[in-house]
Amino acid sequence: MSFPWAEQYEPKSPLMKWIDSRLPLPRLVFNAVGAGYPVPRNINIWYNFGVLAGVALMIQIITGIVLAMHYSAHVSTAFNSIEHIMRDVNSGWLIRYLHMNGASFFFIVVYIHIFRGLYYGSYKAPREVVWMLGVVILLLMMATAFMGYVLPWGQMSFWGAQVITSLFSAIPLVGEPIRQWLVGGFAPDNATITRFFSLHYILPFVILGVVILKIWALHIPGSTNPTGVDVKGPQDTLPFHPYFTAKDFVSLCIYLLAFATVTFFLPNALGHPDNYIPANPLSTPAHIVPEWYLLPFYAILRAFTVDLLFIEAKLWGVIAMFSSILLLLFLPWLDTSKVRSNAYRPLYRTFFWILVVDVLVLGYVGAMPAEEPYVRIGQIATMYYFAHFLIILPIVSAIEKPLPLPNSIAEAVLAKAQKLAPQATPAPGSAVAQPAE
Amino acid sequence: MVRLIGMAIGAIFVFVLAWAALVPREAAAPDPVKLLHKEPREVSFAHSGPFGTFDRAQLQRGFAVYKQVCSACHGLYHIHFRNLEDIGFSEAEVKAIAAEYEVPAIDPNTGEAITRPAIPSDKWPRPFPNETAARAANNNAYPPDLSLIIKARKNGEAYVYSLLTGYGEEPPAGFEVPDGLNYNPYFHSVNIAMAQPLMVDQIEYADGTKATVDQMAKDVTAFLRWAAEPELERRRQAGIATLIFLAILTVLAWLSYRRVWAGVQH
Ligand code: HEC
Ligand code: HEM
Repeated sequence: MSFPWAEQYEPKSPLMKWIDSRLPLPRLVFNAVGAGYPVPRNINIWYNFGVLAGVALMIQIITGIVLAMHYSAHVSTAFNSIEHIMRDVNSGWLIRYLHMNGASFFFIVVYIHIFRGLYYGSYKAPREVVWMLGVVILLLMMATAFMGYVLPWGQMSFWGAQVITSLFSAIPLVGEPIRQWLVGGFAPDNATITRFFSLHYILPFVILGVVILKIWALHIPGSTNPTGVDVKGPQDTLPFHPYFTAKDFVSLCIYLLAFATVTFFLPNALGHPDNYIPANPLSTPAHIVPEWYLLPFYAILRAFTVDLLFIEAKLWGVIAMFSSILLLLFLPWLDTSKVRSNAYRPLYRTFFWILVVDVLVLGYVGAMPAEEPYVRIGQIATMYYFAHFLIILPIVSAIEKPLPLPNSIAEAVLAKAQKLAPQATPAPGSAVAQPAE
Repeated sequence: MVRLIGMAIGAIFVFVLAWAALVPREAAAPDPVKLLHKEPREVSFAHSGPFGTFDRAQLQRGFAVYKQVCSACHGLYHIHFRNLEDIGFSEAEVKAIAAEYEVPAIDPNTGEAITRPAIPSDKWPRPFPNETAARAANNNAYPPDLSLIIKARKNGEAYVYSLLTGYGEEPPAGFEVPDGLNYNPYFHSVNIAMAQPLMVDQIEYADGTKATVDQMAKDVTAFLRWAAEPELERRRQAGIATLIFLAILTVLAWLSYRRVWAGVQH
């Protein structure tokens, strides 16, 4: 399951021996995130975001469980129970602001994590299943966050629920019955709030389960690395502990600094003011917008403005929005290049950065009212999004001539060290792990 | 096969979008309201900025404005009398303020509906028994709860301050202000159902501050900020402590990282 040179777990005390022969949990931890898990030595800062996503999930679960102790899932009390948490529960404002902003930071981290995967070709063999489980997590996260946003029962909660659930009514014939079945009535109401609360409570634990599967699948081949070259021998890796635990801890501290700054000093900057107005089915807000992390997909949904090929514009939008995420599942087969890392794919790298800008533009357009010039910009950006994955990527990977790859990770590391300090030629073998004191 | 199907789907999406992008648009008529609408004016307070704290005297003045003017129409749904201790009133003062109000109760002997003087643990009484009554008294407009208004509007404080001081401008010639509404360019529709609530010297401040419209608007805005975010000062203090702790932790984490990785090329 791991590399043959991985350090073996040796229980040191009689107690640990006793435990190991009965429930080898310490052994599992040692092999998963301890000294028994060899990691490519050259992975960079962008590889830290997976661990950060795990921490973000735990923060959501812990703060969420505390919120659920004080929250009341009923149309007549939900909004007031949030204000009760904010004002009367000890440190309730802290728990709630952590949960609210924790969701945003979770998405920031996960989006960076996904773009890291795109840049370094993490989705390619033999990690297709890791990637596909990641897409499942993204979908579950979106569903969880959407339903969580409905719980405070403010104006955006209500109208967001109304807009998103009404997407299902675009499906011909069965759409409207499906929508009513989902919301439990003709419009979002008490039945909606209680079922969303129930699902919002359970889905994060489903996410946790998929995360465990994903890490299990990842630990078979291990991580990619910035060169994209496979690990060939012990000189290419370092044990997870202490090397990457120390590194991840630094990035965790920096993450928490950013998270604390927003939570304590700008707690509502990422939210929408309308959600501090209690839900009112009789008054539609001027602009209904989802949370920022769903904006690019909202822009794709709204980019389709004409009925064409016997399909209504609204249905086109819904199909496109779901396709925009589901197409990620097929990435391992759309990209045929044998080279993983974009560091050695100059042509595709250019398109990668265009994609990054494109998604940011989509996010911006998603926040804007449906007027010109935003609609047209959104249509062009959506065009690029689909063209990028479905047309450009297969063609580029067929015609591109990649740069020469290093022979091994160790060689690439040595070459980099020499470039940084040309006089100090490293002694042979110095790239090999030194055991920490 | 995956690639062929993918390209076909991609081509269809691109075609539909290209079609949609090329369809000519009807020129949107310029919205007259949008042209008249103004962005809120800047305003700054003792509690502005990341380290600011509330000016208790200002909050008490703002409370006086709310109590004597706004409370006739607007509730403070999430505020209890006891919360007023936060802005510098003593327990006895809070008791006295509460006792000025009557709240619904039930007679413990007969079970009949009665009223009794409010106590500090009661919520601030609402001016109208329900929304219908509020609308009936206000030309069919609903005076919203003010205890969250600063958080419930874009540019919270600047907006409320601008709205309160934004009366008195003449609408441009040819612009009809509907009956019962008032011209105020800071309101989203520029016609607001609330008549100008603040007039010079409308109230007398206990601390002798001159009650100009600007002063009262500022004070009540500061008070409403407190009502929306009573935890503001505690939050900032906790934030500073957390950031200091995390900064030290980051330095230690960095040092241990350097030590673990010393002499290891990567
Ligand atoms: C005579 C009753 C009355 C008084 C007194 C009054 N208001 Fe209003 N207020 C209203 C009504 C009615 C509305 C609803 C306006 C509308 O929707 O057009 C309103 C709306 C508002 C709004 C919301 C505007 C928006 O963006 O929706 C604010 C803020 C506000 N009032 C603040 C105050 C403050 C502060 C005071 C005290 C200085 C005050 N009001 C005094 C009747 C009143
Ligand atoms: C995948 C992890 C999670 C995400 C992305 C997430 C996201 C969200 C979001 C966006 C909100 C709305 C915040 C607001 O506007 O106030 C919310 C609210 C809420 N969540 Fe979660 N959540 C997660 C996990 C959990 C868990 C595990 C629980 C409980 C066990 C929980 C309980 C609640 C409750 C009670 C609310 C309503 C209170 C509130 O609105 O502040 N959440 N969640």
